[in-house]
Amino acid sequence: MTSSFRLAARSVAVVALLLAPAFAISGARAQAVTAKPPTTFKLDNGMQVVVIEDHRTPVVTQMIWYKVGSADETPGKSGLAHFLEHLMFKGTAKHPVGEFSQTVQRVGGEENAFTSTDYTGYYQRISKDQLGKMMEFEADRMTGLVLKDENVLPERDVVLEEYNMRVANSPDARLSEQIMAALYLNHPYGRPIIGWHQEIEKLDREDALAFYKRFYAPNNATLIIAGDVDPQEIRPMVERTYGVIPAQPAIPERRMRPQEPTPAAPRTVTLADPRVEQTSLRRYYQVPSATTAAAGESQALDVLAQLIGGGANSYLYRALVVDKQLAVNAGASYQGTALDSAQFMISASPKPGAEFADIEKTIDAVIADLATNPVPAADLERVKTQLVAEATYAQDSQASLARWYGAALTTGLSVEDIRSWPDRIKAVTAEQVRAAAQTWLDKKRSVTGYLIKDTSAPKREEKRS
Amino acid sequence: MSIIFNAGRLGIAVATAFSLVTLTMTPSFAAAKVQRLVTPGGIEAWFVQDATVPLIAMEYAFGGGAAQDPKDKSGTANMVASLMDEGAGDLDSSTFRDRMERRAIELNFNAQRDYLRGSLRMLKEHRDEAFDLARLALTSPRFDAPDVERIRAQIMSGLRRETSNPNSLATRKFLQMAFGDHPYSRPSNGSLTDVPTINVDDIKAYKQRIVAKDTLKIAVVGDVDPGTLATLLDKTFGALPAKATLTPVPEVTAVKPPQKESVTLDVPQTVITFGSPGVKRDDPNFMAAYIVNHILGGGTLSSRLYHEVREKRGLVYSVSGSLLWMQHSGIYIGSTATRADRATETVDTVTSEVKRMAEQGPTQRELDEAKSYLKGSQMLALDTSSKLAGALLQYQLDKLPIDYIEKRNAIVDAVTLDQAKAAAKKLWADGLLTVVVGRAPQAAAAPVAPAPKAN
Repeated sequence: MTSSFRLAARSVAVVALLLAPAFAISGARAQAVTAKPPTTFKLDNGMQVVVIEDHRTPVVTQMIWYKVGSADETPGKSGLAHFLEHLMFKGTAKHPVGEFSQTVQRVGGEENAFTSTDYTGYYQRISKDQLGKMMEFEADRMTGLVLKDENVLPERDVVLEEYNMRVANSPDARLSEQIMAALYLNHPYGRPIIGWHQEIEKLDREDALAFYKRFYAPNNATLIIAGDVDPQEIRPMVERTYGVIPAQPAIPERRMRPQEPTPAAPRTVTLADPRVEQTSLRRYYQVPSATTAAAGESQALDVLAQLIGGGANSYLYRALVVDKQLAVNAGASYQGTALDSAQFMISASPKPGAEFADIEKTIDAVIADLATNPVPAADLERVKTQLVAEATYAQDSQASLARWYGAALTTGLSVEDIRSWPDRIKAVTAEQVRAAAQTWLDKKRSVTGYLIKDTSAPKREEKRS
Repeated sequence: MSIIFNAGRLGIAVATAFSLVTLTMTPSFAAAKVQRLVTPGGIEAWFVQDATVPLIAMEYAFGGGAAQDPKDKSGTANMVASLMDEGAGDLDSSTFRDRMERRAIELNFNAQRDYLRGSLRMLKEHRDEAFDLARLALTSPRFDAPDVERIRAQIMSGLRRETSNPNSLATRKFLQMAFGDHPYSRPSNGSLTDVPTINVDDIKAYKQRIVAKDTLKIAVVGDVDPGTLATLLDKTFGALPAKATLTPVPEVTAVKPPQKESVTLDVPQTVITFGSPGVKRDDPNFMAAYIVNHILGGGTLSSRLYHEVREKRGLVYSVSGSLLWMQHSGIYIGSTATRADRATETVDTVTSEVKRMAEQGPTQRELDEAKSYLKGSQMLALDTSSKLAGALLQYQLDKLPIDYIEKRNAIVDAVTLDQAKAAAKKLWADGLLTVVVGRAPQAAAAPVAPAPKAN
């Protein structure tokens, strides 16, 4: 049985135009490393371009990333970044609705789009001879979007159904939503990416166009081209399509959001839902991201998450599942890719009859031990090997590479940060791991969420016909 | 497609726009170089040598799968698969895992409907250790009691979750409706009543019957030379029993539509699963059926269902259908979801689109565009070593020739408009099998959130 229990149903970290398994991995670490460094250049209008070569198959992935996400929305307009992402498929003056998608499909391509707290991205995967055409379409919709109510209003219903599917129908997702809202007192990361239902319902054409005009511009975008291409050959194509779009000087170089006060009190939330058949406990800590952390700290948190909850030999799994047999599963994860703070997450699925209090006592003991005693060298070596190997495995997929570079570059990291990640993992010391546990896994920085069965609700009839 | 079947233990090959791996192959780094390797010990593998990335990916399968579960012990194959990487030979679970983790070796098994599948991925410098761990897992898994109970608890937890998950309920009900008491009606992960009864003897007996050389198919892609690979394969698989002992599984055709069932569950969004009898992979009209499914609802942004149900009416976020094929049957299955009070409208819209396709078939233009898509998308399916290995294994399981990659475009091109129309009619002329999971109609008509009563 698969040993790495990644958090069973984590928060909606990325929402997308279409349900696509390709984006099941969200907020992935910035750790993609190729043998050959990517080629990077900047256009005169400020657009950053990264070219990652992979010549195995005559396929290219074009991904454009805008430095705008749900955390950049105006209060009261939650869900707008994601709503606009859907509306970007509704056509332009030059290419009416459907033409771009039909062109992608005619050549057997694949396309989708996704929204996170810090970025919004669009991609196509196509045979390499189609790249020029794709650039023309993508550049055109950076400024040429045309929205009509006849397209906008049904799409809002589509997004509400996406909300129903991802959140309303899922007790685990509802708990995550509550935990995130409780974790952030002031920073917009506390808002769901998909938005609050009552605010999504009211978003309209004008909201979307205003947001579009404010944030979609070449100086706020990063273009990633990954695949069977020669950077020298495609540069003129990039200049011809994207290079002619004027920059928007009003967009600030750095995004400023309301920041969190120093966390002062641990919080708990309890979500009761009649459909819960497996209770769960999740604890999120507010910790530094790869962008905000001091040197080495983010990598120490990567190592710490793997030690605590990465696989069947991790400390928490051994304590809760194997030794004390209080839980059927346990895990931990750290998603360091964020412009502002990140979350360190711990989760456990109690065995029937096990008490949350006993599980928490075990979690606390594992953390206290890590905060006090240096980890054995053999364990440190094991988890570092696993983490570094992920970077090599990532080379196998050009789409994964494009995604990792894009996510890192739109959250304030550099190409060099990404490429040096394995070396920085190798350099993590036992003392850094201990210090990270002591400093950041402080209960005051956390929210603990309990998912329980609601037995009080008046039961609707459950007879089957 | 993880919505449709739980935990990725599909048990059936799925073909939609997002998992074309099972069908579409391409002129790519693979095409010219697929070798048929036969080892001195007589083990056969399809193999692509490629040194771009310093890793090796192997996918392999034994005939059997969940269809070979004992009658009242559904979930046996799944338990076997879940336990085969939990300790072997002298290595207990923890030590076995430690050996894998120290070298970042990815080794696992899963039970599909007709196959017990294994997969192994490693950095090339760890290849000897990786193949040796695979050998141990295949030849002498321990099935220690504490591990069996731990894995059983995890499976039971998943099964309990499924009892209130509308997608799982819809799929379970759909398979029961379609396949009656045939083994294909039973979910691969078993049931709350069966899984507690599976004991260590059942697990050992299943492994003994199924893991054998005569049904084994292997695909390998990566940075290894053929001579070294042959030696590794002989060491890994050579000591397995020559012959598996399989219980015959009868051919089955899904029940004739139309039929409809509903399950009442208090969820905000109603889940709708629809389908019909499908086609087997070796059916001469398979490609025509595959093409019309692509046009109707193959999961792209231009399919008829996407356009009518999502784009035009805003009824749903996701709507698509797939042809699934097993060794002894074939089925068409689709899924969508909408808020409770629009469920009837959604079912009606899907049904009328399916009817229109059955009666009129696709247009010439739709057929041409679908062909163009299917040919062009081939290469997207093969751009990683793991995907390529998975595809090469699936081709063997589907009994396709080793040069299928080159032949496939011609097979796509050969489908005529008449054949496509006939395929659509055959799939959907009788209508649909439909399962609806959600609030009862009278409850759905009520306000979504009843106002709290003042005391």
